[in-house]
Amino acid sequence: MNNNDLLNLIDITVSFEGFLALNKLNLNLKKGELRAVIGPNGAGKTTFLDVITGKVKPTKGEVIFKGKSLVGRKEHKIARLGVGRKFQSPRIFENLTVKENLEISVTTPKSPLNLINKNIKDEQLTEIDRLMKIVNLAQKVDSKAGSLSHGQKQWLEIAMLVGQKPDLMLVDEPVAGLTDEETDLTADLLKSLSGENTVVVIDHDMEFIRRLDSNVSVLNQGTVLCEGTMETIQKDKKVIDVYLGRPED
Amino acid sequence: MSLSKIKFDKKIVLSFWIILIALIIAAPTLLPVFRLNLLGRYLSLSIVALGVDLIWGYTGLLSLGQGIFFALGGYCAAMYLQITSSSEFPNNIPEFFALYGVEKLPFFWEPFRSPVFTFLAIWIIPALVAGLIGFLVFRNRIKGVYFSILTQASLLVFFNFFNGQQKLINGTNGLKTDVTQLFGQMVGSESMQRIFFWITAILVIAAWFFAKWVVKGRFGNILIGIRDDEPRVRFTGYNPVIFKTIIFSIAGGLAGISGALYTVQSGIVSPQFMTVPFSIEMVIWVAVGGRGTLLGAILGAVFINYAKSLVSEALPASWMFIQGGLFILVVTALPEGVLGWIQGDGPRNLLQRFGLKRKIETYPSLEVNNKEGNNE
Repeated sequence: MNNNDLLNLIDITVSFEGFLALNKLNLNLKKGELRAVIGPNGAGKTTFLDVITGKVKPTKGEVIFKGKSLVGRKEHKIARLGVGRKFQSPRIFENLTVKENLEISVTTPKSPLNLINKNIKDEQLTEIDRLMKIVNLAQKVDSKAGSLSHGQKQWLEIAMLVGQKPDLMLVDEPVAGLTDEETDLTADLLKSLSGENTVVVIDHDMEFIRRLDSNVSVLNQGTVLCEGTMETIQKDKKVIDVYLGRPED
Repeated sequence: MSLSKIKFDKKIVLSFWIILIALIIAAPTLLPVFRLNLLGRYLSLSIVALGVDLIWGYTGLLSLGQGIFFALGGYCAAMYLQITSSSEFPNNIPEFFALYGVEKLPFFWEPFRSPVFTFLAIWIIPALVAGLIGFLVFRNRIKGVYFSILTQASLLVFFNFFNGQQKLINGTNGLKTDVTQLFGQMVGSESMQRIFFWITAILVIAAWFFAKWVVKGRFGNILIGIRDDEPRVRFTGYNPVIFKTIIFSIAGGLAGISGALYTVQSGIVSPQFMTVPFSIEMVIWVAVGGRGTLLGAILGAVFINYAKSLVSEALPASWMFIQGGLFILVVTALPEGVLGWIQGDGPRNLLQRFGLKRKIETYPSLEVNNKEGNNE
C-alpha cells in the first residue's frame, strides 16, 4: 500500500452461507491505472465489484478508497465518493429518453430539493452534449432508451458512467453482445478514459483485453491468482491450468 | 416522439379541459342537488387517486393502505366541525361524548377549535403519518408485494383502533358532519354543498397541476427510475429512501385533502373509510384510468364511481361483479389502462383488426406520418 494507490482491497473474504465467493483477496489500484480483471465463471469477479460498490458487505477484510474505508457505507454514499459502476447487462432507464438518462447521471447535487427546485445547470447540459457525441448518440437524444439497439444501450450506460465523473470506474463486461467494430471502439474509449480516471474492466473476451494493453489480474476461486501484463499471464502455468486451457485442449 | 403523436396528445388534453370546465360550470345548474353532491364526492375521490398514481404509477409502490390517510383527513375536518358546533350540548363538547359519560374533551381535540390548525392538519397530519410509515418501511428496503401487504396490515391496525375508540372519536359510529354548522350555515344544506362542489372542483385541478409539477423534469425521472430499476438509481448516487418517503408523504397529504372533502360532502366520517376493499378500489380506479397518466387517475375515479351509483340504482347488488369484470378486463386486455391504451396505438390496432385501417408493415413513423413517401 502506498500513497499513489486509489483503491486497496485487503484480505477481502465474502462468505455466502459457507461458500467463499471471495477468499482473502488482495488488490491494489494506482491512480489513473487501467486494469483488466479476468477469471473463469464463478471466480468472484462480480462479487468483487459488489464489495467495492457496497452491494455486498465483506465477511472479513477492508476496502480503502482514497484513504477512506468503504466497508459498511451505503451504495449511494459510495457512488457519491466517486465510484461508478457499469453493469453486465446494460442497465439504463428504458422508459426515459437518452437525454433524461444522462441528466440523471450528470446531475449534482443528487438531492430531491435540487432536482425539484432548480433547472439543470448549463455546464451539465454541455457535458451531456459532449457525452452524446463521444458515444454517437447525438441523433437519438429524445428517443426512449428502450428503443436503442443493444450496442447503443451499452454505450449509453458507459456515457452515464462517465457523466457521473467517478474517480474509479468499474466496468463489467462492456463488450458483451457488441460487434467487432463496436468492441474496438469501446476498447479505445476505455483506454482514453484511463489516465484521468482509474478504470477496472472485467471481461471474458481475450481479444478485447489484449487490445486494452493493460495490466491484468486473474481471479480464480475468489482470490488473485496472478497479476501482470497479458504476455506474462499467458505464460503463467497456473493461469493456463485454470483458465486459458492447455494448447492441446 | 413523432409529430402526429404530440398533436394527438394536445388535442386530447385540450378537449379534456374544455369538457371539464364546461362540466364544472354547468353542473350546479344542470344537475339536481343529489347528483351534484355525488359528482362532488367523486371528484374529491379523484384527489386520492392522483396520489395513488404518483406512488404506484410513477414510483412503483403499490400501497393498499391509502384509506388510512384518507380517513385521517376526514377525521380532522369532522373534529373541527363537531367542536365548533357543540355550544348547545352538555359541557360544550360534541353530543356523542354524553353517550359514553365523557365530560371532558380529550386533549387532542383542543387544537381543532382553530380553523387554521384544521386546514393545515387536514393535509399535514396524513402526510407526516405517511412519511413516518414510509421512511421505516423504505429504510429497511421492503418493497414489492411485501410493501403492499405491510400497508394493508397498517390499514387494518388503524381500522381496528378507530373502531374501538368510542370515548375518543365515537368509534364505529364515526363523526357526523351534515348537521354541524360552518359560517352559520348547516354543512349538509344545499347552498353549502354547492360551495363544497366548487371548492372540490378547484382543488382537483390544483392537485392535478401540483402532481404534474412533481413528476415533470428530473425529480419525476428519478421516480420512474426507482420504479424500473431501483439499485441502478442507488449506484448512480441517489438515495431512493428519501425520494420514496417524499412521494409517499405527498400521496398521503393528497389523500387527506381528498378525505376531508369527501367527508363534508357525504356527511360523515367513520372507520368505514379504512376498510380493505375501499383502499383496493382506489387502486382499481387508477388501473382502469391508466397508470402513470395522472389524468387517467382522475377520470378513473370519477367515471367508475359514477357508474357504480348508476348501476347500483338500476341493478342493485350487481356492481361488485361489474367492477371485478372491469378490473380483469383492464389487467388482461388493457394493461396500460384506458387512457394509456388511447395514448398508445390502441385505437389504431383495434381498427386494423376489423380491417378498417391499413396495416403498418414497417415503422409507424415512416408510414403514418409521412404518407406521401414510403409506400413499401
